[in-house]
Amino acid sequence: MTSTPIVALERVAKTYGVFTALHPTDLQVEEGEFVTLLGPSGCGKTTTLRLIGGFEAASAGRVRIEGEDVTERPPYRRPVNTVFQDYALFPHMSVAENIAYGLSVKSNNIPKVERQSRVSEALAMVGLDGLTHRRPGELSGGQRQRVAMARAIVRRPRVLLLDEPLSALDVKLREGMQVELKRLHRELGITFIMVTHDQTEALALSDRIVVMNAGRIAQIGSPSELYDNPATPYVADFIGATNLLDGQVIGRDGDEIALRIGGGTIIRSRRGTAIPANAKNVILGMRPERLLPSAPDVANTLVLTVKENLFHGDRLRLELTAEGIDRSIFTELPRTAVAAVSSVDPGSRLVFHIDPADVMVFAGEKNP
Amino acid sequence: MTLTRRTFPGFAALFSMPFAWVLLLLVVPYGIMISVGFWTRQFPLFYPDFQFGNYAQIFSDPQYTTVILRTLKIAALVTLGALALGFPLAYFLVFTVRSAALRNLLYMSVVVPLWVSYLLRAYTWKIILGTDGALNSLLVSTGIVSAPLDIFLYNQTAMVITLVYIFVPFMVMPLFTVLDNIPRRLIEASEDLGVGPFMTFWKVIVPLSLGGVIAGSTMTFCLAFGDFVAPVLVGGPDGTMVANLLQTQFGAALNWPLGSALATLVLVIVLVLLQISSRLDTAGRVELT
Repeated sequence: MTSTPIVALERVAKTYGVFTALHPTDLQVEEGEFVTLLGPSGCGKTTTLRLIGGFEAASAGRVRIEGEDVTERPPYRRPVNTVFQDYALFPHMSVAENIAYGLSVKSNNIPKVERQSRVSEALAMVGLDGLTHRRPGELSGGQRQRVAMARAIVRRPRVLLLDEPLSALDVKLREGMQVELKRLHRELGITFIMVTHDQTEALALSDRIVVMNAGRIAQIGSPSELYDNPATPYVADFIGATNLLDGQVIGRDGDEIALRIGGGTIIRSRRGTAIPANAKNVILGMRPERLLPSAPDVANTLVLTVKENLFHGDRLRLELTAEGIDRSIFTELPRTAVAAVSSVDPGSRLVFHIDPADVMVFAGEKNP
Repeated sequence: MTLTRRTFPGFAALFSMPFAWVLLLLVVPYGIMISVGFWTRQFPLFYPDFQFGNYAQIFSDPQYTTVILRTLKIAALVTLGALALGFPLAYFLVFTVRSAALRNLLYMSVVVPLWVSYLLRAYTWKIILGTDGALNSLLVSTGIVSAPLDIFLYNQTAMVITLVYIFVPFMVMPLFTVLDNIPRRLIEASEDLGVGPFMTFWKVIVPLSLGGVIAGSTMTFCLAFGDFVAPVLVGGPDGTMVANLLQTQFGAALNWPLGSALATLVLVIVLVLLQISSRLDTAGRVELT
């Protein structure tokens, strides 16, 4: 089945005077997907969401929802609803009035009885029955968040836009709401497009993640694709942490390439096939959890000196240095593995092994 | 407790001045005014007394009640006029003007006339509305009328126009503040929920600006209610307001007891209005989160 994407951006760009918030961008979101726009502040993720919602006018390109061109349409004529970052609840209305607000429009033609039943349905869905007559000012942050959700879903939009919906909540509450969001998405069966700067949140919730950087899409993929095969050092470092090191290609042998990373250390990688044949300077990426303590006589090892060790409960985070490498390398040891190494005190020398299949190689001259 | 006692001299020194100020310049004068209202007059002298003759006179003589009712009417018209002009202006400044510099400039141009002498601004309208004034010159030169009209000046309409002009900044200032404090996100949320700009105005912007409407209306009403210059400059024979009557009792008529009773009545009317306004304001107040 070749379905039209529910939301499609075609070469959409947004500029404010000389500042470009979003370079011409293409993006397609399929019906029922949970897509996250992820990136640091100022990367254009919120602008993208606001362009879909209709709060910003595109400087170029077309925005399509359900195949229809909505580029020129105001927010109140688009089949999407938004959960705002600060919830934007109407302070002069009760919880029930806030939720019923979007149903009371004449053009909707919804009978009063149905309106009431839909409001209670939405309240039940977000677990807020019993608070209908409170004002937003009398609610906790988590409760406001739920009212904002109920107000947006009560209109049964085709697409729900969520602008950093959990960022104002404390850590414990946020984890609970992540589960709630996932459940709501499954129960409603509609498309969710969420903006966040929190990679854990994006990894936990999304079907697909759109990683953005400086007004451009850096990579689109499922959480595991992005984690296992980041396209750029930027993505590698943003999705999970990655040790990024400068290296030089010194030889190729079938699907393996040998790389020098300073101080005479040679590391072999089996993931360099995408690197151009004539490339010399490259960037290596090694996930902290892939660096494993080992015996010195194993192949593909790094000899590192402990600079600092940080206790993280179930594991130990180590900051390590190596001769000829100007930046620290981080790794995490499970508590159970600590006993196997001689010492983790600062100054101790440890040997780490990394599987050639776990050494990522990116084309590029200089470390970001 | 011990701390309070130890610092008492310092405390007393710090607060005795403002306390004395309030006592001497507010409480004592009000006390004198209210008690003189019960005195009797035997021309040309006044005698301390406690009787309600002055109040009886105010309520039985139609001259006084007419003037009080007229003053209430004019103050109400001025308030409505200022609101009708001030709300669109404040709305325009907050929501339509994009450039902050232009917005500040326009806002200042509303407030700056307050620095100009009140008399001068009232007098200006005499020049505009007069028989050989600016308005008539315009009408004659454009051929709308053949000869200058004398219907613009020396009537209640002229008073309302003048007072609206003079007091409109007091309406615009609180309205500007409340409108400027409405989070833009609420307007976006309303539009996101399928509500167009017109209904968004009525269901979100108006309810959230009620505090400013009440504050601006209260100030404008009270200022207009106590005005005595506009009636003299641009008001006609039927333009006398309560403040003019008060002036007469303490001046030409030389009846301080009656004047004090009248002043006390005006004070009570204004206090009742302030009380109503504060009730309305509390009822309509919302926490902007």
